[in-house]
Amino acid sequence: MPVGAASWSFSQEDFAAITQSLQRFLHDSNARCALLVDRSGQLVATVGEQPKFDPTAFATLTAADFSANDQLAKLIGESDFNSLFHQGEKESMYLADVARRVILVVLFDNRTTLGLVRLKMKQAVDELTKLFEQVFARPQQGKGGAPGLLAGADDEIDKLFQ
Amino acid sequence: MSMINYASREINCKIVYYGPGLGGKTTNLEHIYGKVQPDTRGKLISLATETERTLFFDFLPVDLGTIRGFKTRFHLYTVPGQVYYNASRKLILKGVDGIVFVGDSQVERMEANQEAMQNLYDNMAEYGYDLTKMPFVIQYNKRDLPNAAPVRDLQAGLNPGWEVTEPSRQRVAPDPAHAGENLVEQLPTGEWVEHAPYFEAVAVTGDGVFETLRAVSKLVLKSLA
Repeated sequence: MPVGAASWSFSQEDFAAITQSLQRFLHDSNARCALLVDRSGQLVATVGEQPKFDPTAFATLTAADFSANDQLAKLIGESDFNSLFHQGEKESMYLADVARRVILVVLFDNRTTLGLVRLKMKQAVDELTKLFEQVFARPQQGKGGAPGLLAGADDEIDKLFQ
Repeated sequence: MSMINYASREINCKIVYYGPGLGGKTTNLEHIYGKVQPDTRGKLISLATETERTLFFDFLPVDLGTIRGFKTRFHLYTVPGQVYYNASRKLILKGVDGIVFVGDSQVERMEANQEAMQNLYDNMAEYGYDLTKMPFVIQYNKRDLPNAAPVRDLQAGLNPGWEVTEPSRQRVAPDPAHAGENLVEQLPTGEWVEHAPYFEAVAVTGDGVFETLRAVSKLVLKSLA
């Protein structure tokens, strides 16, 4: 594996804890949907109303949006922007950094207010940061963070590409 | 940075197509998009200017099959090739698992190729990635053009090989894609070098596009094994 490309994996228990925390947040904030996207553009989890758009494309653009804004922050002398807000006529979205590795995206409409979403989000971000820090602190077994998943699968990989 | 999701039983990997402007990176993705079954790919997203030059990136997710019950999903990205878009180009490399360098075979683009290759090394190094230690393949595109440089020249200019210092790896490794050529070899000077696998292509007709994709994805999966 390349030096510096920290692969990571999370278990079903992690996933359950993350989902639970997000569900609580959605309930408290009255937002529609929450997505977790990793900084490289991979969708980690979706909670709440299932979005009608293509979530993979959405995740990619989210990561790009956040990265571009990070660079803008540096240009004006900030280390980063830890949250972003995009306002639409009916639908809006709020993005926040979690543990410097993941982005929480919240979609909400006029059933709630930006103030409430923002308030509840701070709590959710703190909770998720703790959860993700635990995931990242865990020693990742195997070269790619896939404990034994593809070990000895060389033949199967060869077959896939015949 | 591959992501393994046990809940949805997916392995997600990121592959970036890099190279000089107008070299055919977007064309590679467009060809893949057009040829794979619609149920195994997502939308092709292009953040491009009005003149169809890539401004930020193109993105295409494709499923390449199942291994050990896990769906292998590859996220293919291109970067903007034009020199002055370096800031956005660098962002796309974040968390990359495999790189395809799409070189332009035309003689007069040699300098642009070399500049892009250097830029790739530099940007990777800034993230702490070592290009010589990760899945990396080179595609020589536009082989059909009359002004295409001989592959030998392109190899000498862009893929001269990096030094192999580990004694255990200092043995001849033949190139499975080109009979009589080696990926790891000893130079007359006694130094051992390793070349990146290379492929010839005409991306507009699709020649070599899937060979390149297959080679890089196989290397990525093997790096996880």
